[in-house]
Amino acid sequence: MDQTFLAIVFGPCDKCSKNKPLRPVSVKSEQRSYCSLCVEMMATEGLHENETLASLKSEAESLKGKLEEERAKLHDVELHQVAERVEALGQFVMKTRRTLKGHGNKVLCMDWCKDKRRIVSSSQDGKVIVWDSFTTNKEHAVTMPCTWVMACAYAPSGCAIACGGLDNKCSVYPLTFEKNENMAAKKKSVAMHTNYLSACSFTNSDMQILTASGDGTCALWDVESGQLLQSFHGHGADVLCLDLAPSETGNTFVSGGCDKKAMVWDMRSGQCVQSFETHDSDINSVRYYPSGDAFASGSDDATCRLYDLRADREVAIYSKESIIFGASSVDFSLSGRLLFAGYNDYTINVWDVLKGSRVSILFGHENRVSTLRVSPDGTAFCSGSWDHTLRIWA
Amino acid sequence: MRQEKSSCSCSILDSSQALGGLWLCAENESFPKIEDIITRMQDDKTGGVPIRTVKSFLSKIPSVVTGSDIVQWLMKNLSIEDAGEAIHLGSLIAAQGYVFPISDHVLTLKDDGTFYRFQAPYFWPSNCWEPENTDYAIYLCKRTMQNKARLELADYEAENLARLQRAFARKWEFIFMQAEAQVKIDRKKDKTERKILDSQERAFWDVHRPVPGCVNTTEMDIRKCRRMKNPQKVKKSVYGVTEESQPQSPVHLPSQPVRKTTKEDFRKQITFLNMQIERHCLKMSKVAESLIAYTEQYVEYDPFITPAEPSNPWISDDAALWDIEMSKEPSQQRVKRWGFSMDEVLKDPVGRDQFLRFLESEFSSENLRFWLAVQDLKKQPLQDVTTRVEEIWQEFLAPGAQSAINLDSHSYEKTSQNVKDPGRYTYEDAQEHIYKLMKSDSYARFLRSNAYQDLLLAKKKVYVGKDMLPSPSTS
Repeated sequence: MDQTFLAIVFGPCDKCSKNKPLRPVSVKSEQRSYCSLCVEMMATEGLHENETLASLKSEAESLKGKLEEERAKLHDVELHQVAERVEALGQFVMKTRRTLKGHGNKVLCMDWCKDKRRIVSSSQDGKVIVWDSFTTNKEHAVTMPCTWVMACAYAPSGCAIACGGLDNKCSVYPLTFEKNENMAAKKKSVAMHTNYLSACSFTNSDMQILTASGDGTCALWDVESGQLLQSFHGHGADVLCLDLAPSETGNTFVSGGCDKKAMVWDMRSGQCVQSFETHDSDINSVRYYPSGDAFASGSDDATCRLYDLRADREVAIYSKESIIFGASSVDFSLSGRLLFAGYNDYTINVWDVLKGSRVSILFGHENRVSTLRVSPDGTAFCSGSWDHTLRIWA
Repeated sequence: MRQEKSSCSCSILDSSQALGGLWLCAENESFPKIEDIITRMQDDKTGGVPIRTVKSFLSKIPSVVTGSDIVQWLMKNLSIEDAGEAIHLGSLIAAQGYVFPISDHVLTLKDDGTFYRFQAPYFWPSNCWEPENTDYAIYLCKRTMQNKARLELADYEAENLARLQRAFARKWEFIFMQAEAQVKIDRKKDKTERKILDSQERAFWDVHRPVPGCVNTTEMDIRKCRRMKNPQKVKKSVYGVTEESQPQSPVHLPSQPVRKTTKEDFRKQITFLNMQIERHCLKMSKVAESLIAYTEQYVEYDPFITPAEPSNPWISDDAALWDIEMSKEPSQQRVKRWGFSMDEVLKDPVGRDQFLRFLESEFSSENLRFWLAVQDLKKQPLQDVTTRVEEIWQEFLAPGAQSAINLDSHSYEKTSQNVKDPGRYTYEDAQEHIYKLMKSDSYARFLRSNAYQDLLLAKKKVYVGKDMLPSPSTS
């Protein structure tokens, strides 16, 4: 578009806010001052009105095809093939080293404290318990006003916990060591969703919480004020899980949902930067590989998968003919060589991440394994189950 | 919807059923897989299990297979190497209700001569059964009418029946009549067929009203239940009972509305796809090398693969490892890790401290302090952000700042603009720039420094001020 115009004014553009020469335009019968770039964009946007749903759909389809083509060019080898040269792992002797009994109903979620021994766990009957799992002592307990507390998290300082579930909220409870502690009294409601809270995590600070919800969104909240800092829209169904990238400088996180998609988000802009859709069913759990360059997922389709962010594709599937129940929860060992996955068939399978083979199967729980996390220093992992117990394995 | 309330505590009045009882779950992806296994198992043409009629004492036991036959079949056909694993899987298939022991209410698989029977497809869990207590009452009542020793009610069943009689006191006549009708229908069937059907019916109830202490496999994950598969489905009765009190159109709670894809959705998709096509991606071979390299570098730090020294606290019950880590004296192994990447130094408080001290000794610590200050800014509550932004500006960036950092003019200008609208990400650009600078300059110098090298070779103690006695090198 050939534009010659008199620069009447120099200032912030009404559309993009940049300081540029402006010209007057009429937007929906109102006078505005746009810079030339925005005028250009506005003109071409008008063209969009002529695009039909069908033409847009076919454009999207052809782009998908092109993307697949481009990605296929880079698919020169499989991870397990390259990993053939890696030394095989020895035999593992992993046992239950601690059993934590105290919940009166299904354990749904747990999280480790940075001190490598304390954990917080939540259950279907509304109870949230903080344990010193090394001694198995219960240190704090609170009963939520709702049942099915599906999410809980420990604050980085170790001085607070967050939890929520069917109440659609995420609440923060400070932990004190007063003799007659009344945790419920100090409760602070932080997040408000329009459906159940499925996951929550503090960022690297006690001051921000990231949440995932059955309402299909994720959100970042300021704990002090309860203000919504950023929301993340894009999932087509309930979001079931999330994990923050482990980088010191990173501002991203990954989420998984009932739309079978895993999505990587930029926390600053709220935009989805990468998306993966290869699972055949709900994604129940996502966890970053320790380097932050990849992440694993566990799904109701009975498989776990590894996605690499630099390759922008799925790079491994962890499955077996005999594993037919969904994977509910996954986490990596410290080096990323092992992937621990808890399943709805009451077992925990340990996978060799590089070679793709199963290294070990752990029996012990008497009902579904619903949650699993490796401790901060990698010396153990904790599993929680519908059998009301938590187990520490090493 | 008026829900039938009963004080019957027979197993299933947990919250997932108590909420209206029409939770049909999209959760059970495993059902089709189990059904495939069960079908293959019964297919004699393709090496299924031997299902026979067994002669016992005075009668015949129709259509049974032994537990060990099932275990063998699972091991062979699902490539299971360990019998224990096959028994576990078989027990789960039984617990779900697809196969059952003919002489036990407890649904588990044993690797021996115990007899099992396959469940009738009518009773398969994938039919989304949620039998009401009225059906259960009819069933138990019917059982008491059949005067056969082996069909006597178990203790827990007798207790359940008693509770149901109290709960349904007012409509017990109706239930009794239904039970009688069922008995009449059953009597008309062939003897062998009856044996089979009776056992299958019993197994059905063992799933939906399990023996106390057994896992109730019909319990559902409430997150999955909210998405209704068949919202218009009328609750069906096992015995075809329809009562006046039973409403025909059930209420279902709103699930996620399925939106039709709009033009805007497609435009967003197109933008996203274009972004992905533009993205520079790595080849698989490179990615694989990188993943392998990372695990190889960290394998000595992974307690699951390389046993922790002095011991893994969880195994030895000795917290020595954690005490050592808490002390300010880092081990060689820990110091070595700082050399893997700058992130490792920044992550470890002791490493960070050493790095800072080194830079201070060179009078070049402003970059790291700026980086740390910006990290700290991002951890602040919203209300304190503006103040902190100003403080950082004054200390590091304002003209004549005390700890002036070195930003290129472009970054500096952008940052000055950002400061006018202070937020947690005001210094993001500057921080990224400084991070890169530190990585190539300060960090590299730190690793080459005597301070770091001495720690790495365990030559010096960390504490400043103590006598610097060289400790015997352990390398």
